[in-house]
Amino acid sequence: MNAKAATAETGGRQFSVHVATRTNYMILVFGVLVLIVLAVFPLFGGIPWTRRLVDFFTLLALAQLWNLMLGYAGIISVGQQGLIGMGSYALWFFADVLHINPFISVVFAGVGGAIIALPAAALVFRLKGGYLAIGTWVIAEILRLIVANIKRTGGGSGITIQAATQLGTEVRVPGTYWWGLASAMLSMGVIYFLLRSRTGLALKAMRDNDLAAESSGVNLWRAKLYTYVIAGAGCAVVGAIVAIHLLRVQPAAAFSINWTAYMLFIAVIGGVGTIEGPVIGTIIYFVLRETTSKYGEWYFIILGLLAIVVTVWSPSGIYGYIYRKTSFLLFPLQRKLAYRDEPGRATPVAAESGETPG
Amino acid sequence: MDWINAAVQGILLGGLYALFATGLALVFGTMRLVNLAHGDLTVLPAYVALMLVNAFRFNPFYSIPITMVVMFVVGYLLQRGLLNLIVGKGDVAGVIVTFGLSIVIQNALLLAFTANSQGLDAGTVENLSIKVNDRLAIGWLPLIIFLMSLVVITGLQMFLSRTKMGRGFRAISDDTDAARLMGINTKHVWAIAMGVALGIVAIGGVMMGIRTTFDPLLGTQRLIYAFEAVIIGGMGSGWGTLLGGVILGLSQTLGAQAFGSAWSILVGHVVFVAILAFRPQGLLAKTVTT
Amino acid sequence: MSLLEIDNASVFYEDFQALYDLSLKVEEGEIFACIGANGAGKSTLLRTISGVLVPRMGRILFDGQSIDHMPPHKRVELGISMVPEGRRVFPSLSVHENLQIGAWRSRKGPWSTDAVYDMFPLLQPLRKRQASGLSGGEQQALAIGRSLMSNPRLILMDEVSLGLAPVVIKRIYDAFPKLLSSGCTILVVEQDVQHVLTVANHVACFLEGRIALEGEPKDLTTDQITAAYFGV
Repeated sequence: MNAKAATAETGGRQFSVHVATRTNYMILVFGVLVLIVLAVFPLFGGIPWTRRLVDFFTLLALAQLWNLMLGYAGIISVGQQGLIGMGSYALWFFADVLHINPFISVVFAGVGGAIIALPAAALVFRLKGGYLAIGTWVIAEILRLIVANIKRTGGGSGITIQAATQLGTEVRVPGTYWWGLASAMLSMGVIYFLLRSRTGLALKAMRDNDLAAESSGVNLWRAKLYTYVIAGAGCAVVGAIVAIHLLRVQPAAAFSINWTAYMLFIAVIGGVGTIEGPVIGTIIYFVLRETTSKYGEWYFIILGLLAIVVTVWSPSGIYGYIYRKTSFLLFPLQRKLAYRDEPGRATPVAAESGETPG
Repeated sequence: MDWINAAVQGILLGGLYALFATGLALVFGTMRLVNLAHGDLTVLPAYVALMLVNAFRFNPFYSIPITMVVMFVVGYLLQRGLLNLIVGKGDVAGVIVTFGLSIVIQNALLLAFTANSQGLDAGTVENLSIKVNDRLAIGWLPLIIFLMSLVVITGLQMFLSRTKMGRGFRAISDDTDAARLMGINTKHVWAIAMGVALGIVAIGGVMMGIRTTFDPLLGTQRLIYAFEAVIIGGMGSGWGTLLGGVILGLSQTLGAQAFGSAWSILVGHVVFVAILAFRPQGLLAKTVTT
Repeated sequence: MSLLEIDNASVFYEDFQALYDLSLKVEEGEIFACIGANGAGKSTLLRTISGVLVPRMGRILFDGQSIDHMPPHKRVELGISMVPEGRRVFPSLSVHENLQIGAWRSRKGPWSTDAVYDMFPLLQPLRKRQASGLSGGEQQALAIGRSLMSNPRLILMDEVSLGLAPVVIKRIYDAFPKLLSSGCTILVVEQDVQHVLTVANHVACFLEGRIALEGEPKDLTTDQITAAYFGV
């Protein structure tokens, strides 16, 4: 959709519809610069920090995908760990059993994730709301149990990814870093462009009013399915990256509910429904992790309490709070109305609750 | 024949699952809230009982009434203090808050009691059994648990159909706004409902603590079993939940008998998936929609 | 002192104003009718009196006591009961159970399940029937009976004739004298003007959130009412 879409006249005053403001374009330039720095980071950043950033980007990608499912398609999943785990094991399969280069195997793992997500969706979409959530959890448990009971994959104690160890640290760490960065950028990019497309409008409409969306000819079920499958593929990709990163896969860790805890908390605390929210959420999560993770259980208790407090008092998260105060969107997805005679100002179209957090 | 033994064990186990499922369904029925912390709230009473037993040195069975009252109060306060704030605010808030609650409870228990498995020692009754014939012996404890579950489920049905508060639960479930207009204080009644739900699952939680071991992370499995029992039986049906629990229990024990104990839980999941795929409204559903 | 007094109440739905600076008084023992077109603000008024909505400005006094911020369930205790728009009987409960719920806050008074069955004999054979299986007219009788179970001093009726056949509507209005003699004051909201004007002591005609015309039916002409109703 063109940034300067329609131009019309109302009551003598000319207006046009924009999506981005001038400030947004400036941010875009700045963003490109940041991206360049991030892209070359492994060349000068050092192994420990590069590894930390792999964690950061993979979590950011996960949070964006969770955000996509919930914020736009209204699917609450607490079972993505099933696809993350399958992604990890798929990586082992393609890299160690089929002897495909690990970094290329990541793509195949993603495809595998999409394939698993399809029948999972068919089952789980028969439920609604909270019961759908538990349903996704059951699917994840089923996947975990199947994998843990197969001797070839190492059963309960897991297995090492030989192909990953064979890469050597100098190749492996930057490689996982770039994949991590790519997955984060891709997930944010996919979401951004998806939402500016017709499917995106459909998803937003669906989020706002199921019945109205359906009666206007939007195919709800298919839009939800696409979302779930994309998220499934994305989570599997992350799982594959993590497998290379950690050099081993093990059912308890690969399929751990902690993955959901992280995704959920980051998305909720940062703000569901915006792309900026999970970025802020991931940053907060990392600050918390660096400062409190040695206290194990306390760290989770704090995350849990924070998610509860944010949901009750600021349902649109911390970014939602910022948005309410400043009306600023880093990733412009709202359609804004700008009057021709006041070129600098653009007022967001009030009625559209699409990109509005919460 | 071991199959008969397995079947009997499955039915007895099913009664317990039904008990846990009833609590979950009661909360969903009255306030449309799916409580993801439900499983952990069935493990918490076992720890409460543990503390009571350590403090008073009596048989764990005596701790059951006290634990029920404690969990009722916990449920009432939890609902009034926190969950009432999100009732009616949509599924998302409910999932996030109760999931967060689950994480908090599990980790708080880990902090307080470590990840070690614990047990409640009730003495010899744990090993007593009724010998039916050469190949079949029914443990007293599993039998008592099953009978207690039946009593509780029946009691709940009677409570709902014959008492004023029970009617109140049903009215609120039907139409919350109209209920308010009739003078019902929904905040209070929801809290009573949560209290009742936790009180009744406390019985199962403590008894399971006597029968087998428990640890802080057990709640997840319990939640899944309760959920599967509700879905298999069909929502909105009290007896359906019992049937659902029994079918789940049978699936697990017969699955273990057929394929080995490592596969028992998976067989249960497969049966659940089959029901979800071919009869999503459950076996005894009153209405076709969820 | 009036039983119910509304002083300069302004009520909003988010940003939309539904009632503008509204004032009215309902005296004990009378039948007060609010008429007006769809969206004129009549139901909003009832929801404000019953406590579902809170006025942003203005006051509501019941028996001299301010009740602006009192929650709905407490107002029932005071003696205000609402028969909601669309009946809103509890579908999974039986007729008898619906009546029992009405007595959740039991106040002293002549109303009981027996008294309700007396007034609406059509409900008697339906005691055990699930409310969802009742016809519109039966449900309306049930809804009114249910509201009476709390022995209210003021009963609010929101569009009780909506969707009902004239003979059924007549049966409902025929019950009004019995309500009054039991100590109930009636505030009734209707779109259908014809029937309600035959029983009302006082009428207020609403137009776009304000009262356009007020008085006793015998003093008002059809032309006046039509003008106020449609805003011509």
